[in-house]
Amino acid sequence: MYEDMVTARHYEERLQEEYLEGKQPAFDISAGPIPGELHLAAGHEAAGAGVCQHLRDDDTVTAPHRPHHVAIAKGVDLKRMTAEIFGRETGLSKGKGGHMHLFDPDVNFACSGIIAEGCPPAVGAGLAAKKRNTDSVAVAYIGEGAIDQGAFLESLNLAAVRDLPVVFVVEDNDWAISMPKERVTDVEDGAQRAGGFDLPGQRVDVDDAVSIYDAAKEAVGRARDNNGPTLLEVQVHRRMGHFMGDPETYRPDEDKAAAEQRDSIERLAEDLRAHGVDDDHLDEIRDRAEDRVEEAIEWAKDQPEPDPDDAYEDVFVNPPSGVTDNEPSAEVTGGDD
Amino acid sequence: MAQQEEGAARQTDRSLTMSRAMVEAIAHEMRENDEVFYMGEDVADYGGIFDSTEGLLDEFGHDRIMDVPISETAYIGAAVGAAQQGMRPIAELMFVDFFGVGMDQIYNQMAKNTYMSGGNVSVPMVLTAAVGGTYNDAAQHSQTLYGTFAHLPGMKVVVPSTAYDAKGLMHNAIRDDDPVVYLFHKRLMGIGWLPAPDGPKTGVPEDDYTIPFGSADVKREGEDVTVVTLGLHVHRAMEAAESLADDGIDAEVVDLRTLVPLDMETVRESVAKTGRLVVVDEDYRSFGVTGEIVARTAEEGLGDLEAVERVAVPDVPIPYARPMEDEVIPGVEDISQAVQNAHQE
Ligand SMILES: Cc1ncc(C[n+]2csc(CCOP(=O)(O)OP(=O)(O)O)c2C)c(N)n1
Repeated sequence: MYEDMVTARHYEERLQEEYLEGKQPAFDISAGPIPGELHLAAGHEAAGAGVCQHLRDDDTVTAPHRPHHVAIAKGVDLKRMTAEIFGRETGLSKGKGGHMHLFDPDVNFACSGIIAEGCPPAVGAGLAAKKRNTDSVAVAYIGEGAIDQGAFLESLNLAAVRDLPVVFVVEDNDWAISMPKERVTDVEDGAQRAGGFDLPGQRVDVDDAVSIYDAAKEAVGRARDNNGPTLLEVQVHRRMGHFMGDPETYRPDEDKAAAEQRDSIERLAEDLRAHGVDDDHLDEIRDRAEDRVEEAIEWAKDQPEPDPDDAYEDVFVNPPSGVTDNEPSAEVTGGDD
Repeated sequence: MAQQEEGAARQTDRSLTMSRAMVEAIAHEMRENDEVFYMGEDVADYGGIFDSTEGLLDEFGHDRIMDVPISETAYIGAAVGAAQQGMRPIAELMFVDFFGVGMDQIYNQMAKNTYMSGGNVSVPMVLTAAVGGTYNDAAQHSQTLYGTFAHLPGMKVVVPSTAYDAKGLMHNAIRDDDPVVYLFHKRLMGIGWLPAPDGPKTGVPEDDYTIPFGSADVKREGEDVTVVTLGLHVHRAMEAAESLADDGIDAEVVDLRTLVPLDMETVRESVAKTGRLVVVDEDYRSFGVTGEIVARTAEEGLGDLEAVERVAVPDVPIPYARPMEDEVIPGVEDISQAVQNAHQE
């Protein structure tokens, strides 16, 4: 768990550095080595590690627009994920998806950039498990800003009435872009929403990996034992802007400073030390994590960019209407589909 | 109908970004009419992710510049309800790509209630949304979807390409008694983190003025080929036209400005003059704007047509990596090529 968390933190620090390259001094989102928006999850690590620790490769996870810590904890191929984020041909999605749309079927991981829309597919994975009589489970991650969406509420209900093996994990970082939690909900404890669907709900209101681990153990166990869905809300914090380039002018300085102090990684390190793990061992874990991240980033940067014409692959009509220009047309229109 | 500008003259030294021009119109209408209000995600303290409401909170406060929970169905539907009460809400859908989440409220309620009530109910609201790619944000954040809204009956669809047009069209949108979908291209707004090309920043009169819907604008006159387009691609077409002028091809660029209602008269007049039509769009190719313009031109003036070319996004979702995104979104070169093809035919 500690290793997943330090890997995620270091990964994000390195991504941030790479992302900002070419975007200085004036921030231009379309410049630099990493395309598009980038949502970093520094401060969320405990939610990824604490839950995914209980999962196997055949369990499904759907993550939202801030996915890296969850992907790392779920065991998504780090090199190919990094290549995807850099928009390279050997990335998880051949450069078509990018950082908000990572798909790794080997470990049943997917994400979506549309708020709460990963919930219904997680319910579907739970449905498949139930129909096939396997004991795999599905976990849908969403932010506290997403708990008002129909897709989430409808999914809770469907999972509840069909007793599906699904765990909904709400990562409460107090903010939805510029909207503080109190402006999106009157309910302090988001896990209360479970009551409306007659399913168990629990909130872990410290961002402590061990507490999250314990709560998730129960919830995942319940799903695996065919006892239906659970709603789990966990407190995390947002150390950075919503996305890279967010000036955060809406956010009080005290709030940001407080978020930076609540470091779940430091907290877990303290716990481990208290349980007799020595600093050398922790350093060793950290070094190993850093090496792995470095290796993934170096590998990814060496990968080729996709060919422009690759844009027309993976759609079911091939070639798609409107493709004429740089196709070697005789070959392709004679095509194989 | 075309070319009829009301109010202040176009000439002014004061140039604004497109977002400033939109905000100026909204502020003016809010001052004039207490019933106008704005709601959406991150529109208050943030000022809109694309600066669409920058500065409005200071003057109007949280009651009239309302941040809402992430719940498009609820707040777009609430705008429909408030509009049916006679208020004049503006609801912002942050990225047009999120329309699916609240689409019922948009196309079954907002767009149809006037008709289904036999004209007894009107829905005087504006739905704003950011459109467009060109910064590698992948398939869920880069669509233009002009054609989707224009295809479904009941909504007026507005797509400004310059600050001047953005302001005049926004005044008109808020005053209109029907539901209006106002689509602004991110690349044109003049946001700090997403540099705009030179074109959209234009002179904008301080006073209010309206640009009537259904009046296309000839942004460049030419004799040889008609290029019909909208939004960002007006600027790409202008660039293509300027470079083609050196090769002796004189292209006319028609900016549609609104898709519903559609000013076919201006398109037809232009095609009658040039005989050659190129339609350029950042939306998908099939069943969209390019097909519609070509079809209507053919229906109404087939005899004038000597050549037709379409330039649009091939039927694939917008890919993330730069080489692929550049490939699918029409660039200046693609437009030049199409104009040359049309000219040669
Ligand atoms: C349907 C939809 N509406 C709006 C957005 C824009 N958006 C992206 S992230 C976000 C805030 C999400 O907040 P939260 O769920 O709390 O997650 P966090 O970013 O804090 O991790 C919003 C509004 C979107 N992606 N999809």
